[in-house]
Parts: sequence; structure tokens; C-alpha cells
Amino acid sequence: MSFTRFMAVAKKEIVQVLRDTRSLVIVLIMPVILVLLFGYGVNLDLKHLPIYAYDRDGSQQSQDLLKRFQASDYFEIVRLGNKYSDLTRAIDDGHAKMGLVIPWDFSQRLRDGRPTSVQALVDGTDDNTANVLIGYAQAVVQGYSSEIQLDWLRDRGQVAQPAPVTVETRTWYNENLESSAFIVPGVLALVMSVIGAFLTSLTIAREWERGTMEQLISTPVSPLEIMFGKLVPYFAIGMIDVIVCALIALYWFHVPFRGSFLTLLLSSAMFMIVVLSMGFFISVIAKNQLAASQLALLATFLPAFLLSGFLYAIEQMPVVLQWITRVLPARYYVSVLKKIFLKGSPAALLYADLVPLAIFTFVLALLATHSFHKRLT
Amino acid sequence: MLARLKQMLIKEFIQVFRDKRTRFLLFGPPIIQMVVFGYAATFEISHVATVVLDLDHSQESRELVSRFTSSPYFDVQHQLTHSRQVEDVIDRGKATVALQINPGFAENLRKGQTALLQVIVDATNSNTALIAAGYINQIALGFAKDYQQDQINRISPQLSERIPSVELQQRPWYNPDLRSRWFFVPGIVGSLTLVLVVNLTAFAVVREREIGTLEQIMVTPIRPAEFILGKTLPFYVIGLFDVSLIAIVGTLWFQVPFRGQVLVLFTGAILFLLCMLGVGLLISTVSATQQQALVTSFFFIMPAVTFSGFGFPISTMPQWLQYLTYASPLRYFLIVLRGTYLKGVGMDILWPQMLAMTGLGVGLLAAAVLRFRKAID
Repeated sequence: MSFTRFMAVAKKEIVQVLRDTRSLVIVLIMPVILVLLFGYGVNLDLKHLPIYAYDRDGSQQSQDLLKRFQASDYFEIVRLGNKYSDLTRAIDDGHAKMGLVIPWDFSQRLRDGRPTSVQALVDGTDDNTANVLIGYAQAVVQGYSSEIQLDWLRDRGQVAQPAPVTVETRTWYNENLESSAFIVPGVLALVMSVIGAFLTSLTIAREWERGTMEQLISTPVSPLEIMFGKLVPYFAIGMIDVIVCALIALYWFHVPFRGSFLTLLLSSAMFMIVVLSMGFFISVIAKNQLAASQLALLATFLPAFLLSGFLYAIEQMPVVLQWITRVLPARYYVSVLKKIFLKGSPAALLYADLVPLAIFTFVLALLATHSFHKRLT
Repeated sequence: MLARLKQMLIKEFIQVFRDKRTRFLLFGPPIIQMVVFGYAATFEISHVATVVLDLDHSQESRELVSRFTSSPYFDVQHQLTHSRQVEDVIDRGKATVALQINPGFAENLRKGQTALLQVIVDATNSNTALIAAGYINQIALGFAKDYQQDQINRISPQLSERIPSVELQQRPWYNPDLRSRWFFVPGIVGSLTLVLVVNLTAFAVVREREIGTLEQIMVTPIRPAEFILGKTLPFYVIGLFDVSLIAIVGTLWFQVPFRGQVLVLFTGAILFLLCMLGVGLLISTVSATQQQALVTSFFFIMPAVTFSGFGFPISTMPQWLQYLTYASPLRYFLIVLRGTYLKGVGMDILWPQMLAMTGLGVGLLAAAVLRFRKAID
């Protein structure tokens, strides 16, 4: 491998990248946009859920209960209606997530010392929102019920104690349960798969598609020099993006950073080599840009998005899918990122991810160089 | 005009279906993605790895722990004996939840003082942490309720026969078992269609330009409008076919009910595809190379999917972002999809969505055509 020839190819590629200002700008601000997007847009912490109240009793007691709902941070009574069909409609068209129906004999039964119930009709389309709603609603109703019982006993000269079991939850690593702290580190993996695999797979496929690859082959440049020359500029862009992402995470979203910066750079460099190799490999197989882009989407972006633990917890996936994640480099990289940013794990725990990542880096880089060599001869 | 359009269409269809790889790419990846996505995307939690540190050793504390053991959401793996172990287990990622009951728990309960259940949650995945915390609260609440009931029974068996109580009767509509998959599968149909159609059409015009065949076409008697129609109609057909394919695979494979009218869904799909073709064409006309087109389309796809309410409720986003979601055609199509799949509602409820998509689609297509006219002049 000759350094001058490698530099010549790299220079050509850099000129090509720099000349295309729009792509360059997009590539550099994409990480910013992606980090902001996920930092703000991904949140499951539900508050002020719209509910529709249908109070058929209209008594002091039913008003008390509704007030408790109104006082909770989680609910907002958007309408007090008096028609069942309105309630159905409100849930159907999505204006209310829950309909609360208080029966007409609500206060009557409470005065008589009989059990009564409140109906909660919940829009179950979004199972998570529904679960959260039901949980909070139960807490409100139970608190009300328990108080009524204690009052009832007191009025009859009995003293009963409340049973105040308090749950004190401490959320480790992400103390304020900020979704941005959980999401933003993983965005790095996403950005790198886009830059690494998408862009590179296209640059080489483009040479094939336009027929300039044959010209390149006829020059004394060796396959290895072509490969390195083509990939180095993208490697540089990827690493710049990593640093940009990390800076936004730290200074805009105030995500904690508890590991070492060196580990971040090292693991990012390894993952960058992984995606670049995959992108290169894909472009060699696909040879046309449309096919290359679709393959890159399947092979790098989707795993990084879906199966890396970036958004969806791996432990909650079906077992077969969990096995598949073990052979995905993105999984290990995302795990390292979370350890560096949130956990500040000691080196011994980091190795569990860094070693597989290093193996993938080596194997994929080897595979990429090998594949290209064969095609040329 | 029709004759020229026909020739153009024949050329386009041949071009798309000529290549074996492209043929596969039109139908293979959407199905693979549907299945992987369907399995991976879930916010449901079950069998969360849990450890218990019971320092009270009372009947009450054991009763509380047994409620966690029998819950499907938690998998109590082992009992710890020392508080130091908690840190180790969570740090190593062996458990996500640690429950700690300190000495004096039962004592406090009997006195009616606050009895603490300490919970430590690994919040690196803040979603899992949030949902798990919700279930922990529900279990603790249930325990407190039953404890109070027992107490009342002890104090005065006669009174406990005649005491008021309120219960919440929850009825989740549309998705009675609150399955995550029922929520996600209709959403995946929309998102995959978006990715596929935008990518394909974004490449359509720019590819001809990059290879240099656009000039050749422009010197033929074909008019710009015919050219655009010829370019988009095939993708419209392919898009409609893909929507149906993805929807059928998703429905049958994941057993999601379809309660509405197929015609309503189809109308939604036709309008949605109009928007997607507009976006794709617009990208294609403002891009000089396929690489640019890909990067630009990515720039559209990511926000459009994230802000559509596909996975994360729009109501939890910052207000300014919520306004932005109105610009995403997918937002409307998702309401149509979930409305027809789960809610079984018809045009009387969904017309605002249809109207919004028609407006966006016409606007986008008009912009694309204008932009294209300018580009070839």
C-alpha cells in the first residue's frame, strides 16, 4: 500500500464531499437535529391526560371524587357531560382518553354503607397510556374509598388506622427520570449508522453506476488504497459528529457524563469502522445506489434503531430476537454509551461490551477488504 | 398525451422490475421490517428482573414480597441479605428493580405510621423504569387496601359487613387486554409505507439526472406533467400494493383485529400516498445527486415518524413541538389506521384527517411540479 496513492484517492473523495455543500451541511447538522428530535420528542411521562366526566349522581360526594381527579397532576377533566353518547364520541374521536361514569346511586349507596363503583372507560388503543391512566385512577379512587371508610368508622366510635404504605422510589443512573438522558446517548449510534453505512454505500455504488469505477481500477491504485481513501473522509465526519452529539448531550440536555472521554472516542472509532465496513461491503454487492440505500437501511439503521436497546428494552423482546441482538454490533455500542454517560461503570464491566465490539470491528473490516479485492481481479 | 404517458409508464415499470435486486427490495424489506418491528417494539413489561432485600422478616413484609413474586410483571430472582449487595446487583445489570424493606415495616403499619417500601430502579431505560414504578405503586396500593380491610375486620366484624367503599371498574375499550402489539402494528404499516415511498420517489427523477438520461427524455416530445405522472404513477401503484401487503401480513401474523371498513382505510392510504409522493418528488427535484436525495429524505423521514405519535404520545412533547406535528402527514394517517383497525370508526369521525391529508397532498404535489418546471427550464 502506497501512502501517496492512498492520499490521492482520499483527496479526491474529500474534494467530492466538500464540493457538495448541501450534503456536507446536512451531514454536519443532522446529528444536531436528531439529538434535538429524540431529546424532545420521546417521552412517556404522561401528565394532564384529558378525561370526560359523566356525573349521574351530582351529589357532594361525587363532586368530591371528581375534585380529587382534577387536583391530580395526571388528569384534566376537559368536559363535564350529561350524555352517554357524548362520552362515547369523545373517546372515539380522541378528545378524551378516559370517560369517568359516576352512577346515579353513588352517594345513596355510600350513605347506606354499601359498596359502589365508578366506571372508567379507557381508550386502550395506546396500551401504555391506558395502563398509566388506570394506575393513577385507581390510586385516586382508592384514596377516596379508604378515607370514607375511616370516616365511617370514626362516626361510629371506632378508631382504625390508615395503612400508609409509601413507596419511595430511587431511580439510579437517571435520577430525574429524564427521557433525554436515556435517549440521547443512543442517538450517537443512530447518527453513525446513517453517516457510516448510508453515505459510504452510496459513494462506491455511485462509482459503479456511473462507470467511473472501471477507470479507477485501471489506474495503479490498489483495492486497499481505494477502500481506505474512500472511507477516511467519512470516518472523519463520523467522529466530528460524535463529538458534536456528545457536546449537545452534555451542554444542552445536561445528560450526565460519568465515564471517560477516551473510552467514548475509542468505542466510537470501533463502531465507525464497523458501519463503514458494512457500508463498503453493501456497496460492493449492490452496485446501484437505490439497492445500496435500501440494504444499508436493513443492515445498519434498523438494527441500530430497533434492536440495540436504544429505545426498546432488549430484555423485553422475544427470546429469539434477544439472541439475534447478540450478533449486532450496535447493541454493544449502545450499551457502552449508556455505561459511559449514565452509569460510569468500571473498566471490568465495560470490557463485556468492548471486547465483542472489537471482534466485530476486526472481522467486518477484514470482510470488507476481502470482498473488494475479489471483485477487482 | 395518453399514448406518450403509456410509453413512459411502460419504461418505468420495466426499469423497476428489470433488476432482480430492486424487485426484491420493493417487497422483501417491508415484510422483514414489519415482523422484526412488530416483535421488538413494545412498551409492555413482563418478568422484570427483581431482587428483594427484606430486613424486617415479618409476616407483613413477606406478604408484600409475595405479591411481587406472584405478579407477572416482576420476576423475583433472589433474596438478598445485605444492603451492599443491592448496589452490586444493579450495577452489573443483573436486576432492574431492587425492593428493600427496612426493619420496623410491620411495626409502623400496626401503629398507622408511614411504612416504607424502598425501591431502586435502574433508570438507564427511563421508559421501563417509569412503567415498572407504576406497577410497583399499584401492588403497594393493593397491599395497603387489603391491610386496612383486615384491620377493620379485626376491630369490628359487624361494621365490616356494612361499610361504604368505592371501586374503580376499568373497561379498556378497543384493546381490552392492553396489548402493545395492537397499538404498534397499525403504526408500523404507516411508517413503513412512508419510508418506502419517500425513498423510492426521491430517487426517481434525480437518478435520471445523475446518469444523464434526463436530458434525453427532455428532448423527446413528452411534457413535464406527463413525465411527472409517468414517474409517480408506478410508485403510487407499488405504494398501494405495499400498504396492502404490509397491512395483511401485520394483521394476520400478529393477530390484530380490523374492525372498520376497508374502504375507509384505503381512502386514507390513497390520500397519504399523495402526500408521500409529493414529498419524494420535491426532494427529487431539489437534489442533484442520489446521495443528496437520500440524505434529504432521511431528514424528512426521521422527524415525520418521530412526531407522528407513532411510538410516543404527542401530548408529552413540548408545546412548540406539538404544533409541528400537524405538519406530519403520518400523524393523520396513524389516526385513520388506528381508527379503522382498533376503534372501528368511519368517515363521520375521520373526515378531518382525510381533509388534512388532501390539503397537504395537493400542496406538496403542486410545489413539486412547480419546482420541477423551474428545474428543467
